Amino acid sequence: MSEHDTKSEKEPNSPERRRFIGAATAAAGLAIAPGVMLYEVAHGRPEEQAASSAVRWGMLVDATQCATGCDDCVSACSTENGWTPVAESRHPKQAPQWIRKLELQDPLTQMETNLPMMCQHCADAPCVDVCPTGASFKRADGIVLVNRHTCIGCRYCMMACPYKARSLVHESLNDTQLADVPRGMGCVEACTLCVQKIDRGDGNTACAEACTAAGHNALLFGDMNDPESEISKRLRELPTKQVRADLNLNLGVRYHGI
Amino acid sequence: MTGKLKRLLALGAVVLTTATLAWAGSDTQPKASGAPKPVITKSVKAEQCVEDTAYMRRNHMKVLDGHRDKTVIEGIRTKKHSLKECINCHASEKTGSVAAAKDDFCVSCHSYAAVKIDCFECHSTKPKGSMAMHPLNAETAHLKHALAVNADVKVSAEEMAKVAQ
Ligand code: SF4
Ligand code: SF4
Repeated sequence: MSEHDTKSEKEPNSPERRRFIGAATAAAGLAIAPGVMLYEVAHGRPEEQAASSAVRWGMLVDATQCATGCDDCVSACSTENGWTPVAESRHPKQAPQWIRKLELQDPLTQMETNLPMMCQHCADAPCVDVCPTGASFKRADGIVLVNRHTCIGCRYCMMACPYKARSLVHESLNDTQLADVPRGMGCVEACTLCVQKIDRGDGNTACAEACTAAGHNALLFGDMNDPESEISKRLRELPTKQVRADLNLNLGVRYHGI
Repeated sequence: MTGKLKRLLALGAVVLTTATLAWAGSDTQPKASGAPKPVITKSVKAEQCVEDTAYMRRNHMKVLDGHRDKTVIEGIRTKKHSLKECINCHASEKTGSVAAAKDDFCVSCHSYAAVKIDCFECHSTKPKGSMAMHPLNAETAHLKHALAVNADVKVSAEEMAKVAQ
């Protein structure tokens, strides 16, 4: 220590001093207490690096925390991805919907359950199986997407999806798309797990951010392949279900409290 | 066909041929009905395109085509050959777009060459963050009034990001 101090007094910009400061900062970031991180390590990868199968993005929906009457996740998705909220659409029955809020009631007990429903990012996705052009595909990190360059709008995938997660864009969007989210007439679309945000290194989706901001904490997004990630820890602790688990699709979205 | 009509047609053909030859032979003749030459506005944001200009004029579509597959399928988001960066540099100062007016960068050349651009069926023609200039789409056109009234209570993507932090 004293050696470092004397050196830094003599030469303020010496490489030794820089190394020492660097090491000190790194230590401050990591070792607050054993097992406690000062900051969440972002999953950002360099922009020239392809998405990797070492990661599997997923979401844990805690239906016990999801509030009645709240649709903050839905409006956050619409804002982030540029789709018109269904209530504002001129044709609500055919308006694209990437995520929707379900309020369910048990007919016997009257118990109410709230949950958001969206593309479940199936590991064995029926939409990918049926697509005649290969436009429906699963990215290496588990995100199921539509390549709009090859989608012909046949809508087979919409029929195949057990979760009614996909929509066709029926009308011209007249340049109202967001720069980060290309989408257009004649193509099928669905939840992308905010792929533009993931690739930017945000490490979270717009819906989960909004839910947390509203204080409900019903949505947790993360890497299900990383045993140390928050989502993996919660999945180890909580009883969770896959919707229509009987179909054996290995879903990327898991529900607690349903 | 009568002889008179035949003679008339022959005369017509001669007149037309003469006119065409006269037009082709003269350099000073203004091209009254030719397509307007494309207006190529130099980008103010950079001195030089990511590739040689002459190469880009002929091959930009191949460059974009290769890059789009890497981006969509593999998630590689390098800026160099991305359409988004083309738009960032070449959006017109007037319309904020590469394809809103007939003099805008992409449209200007494409209409001269009579090649339809499909990019902007899905891609925004404007750089990120210029939503203020976006017109309403077919889905929302009837809400023009409501949107104007509620304009200041709408949460922007930037605000959302701040809330989350
Ligand atoms: S939920 Fe539907 S759209 Fe999403 S991956 Fe599964 S089958 Fe495809
Ligand atoms: S609508 Fe598009 S993505 Fe869906 S099956 Fe047809 S081509 Fe594939």
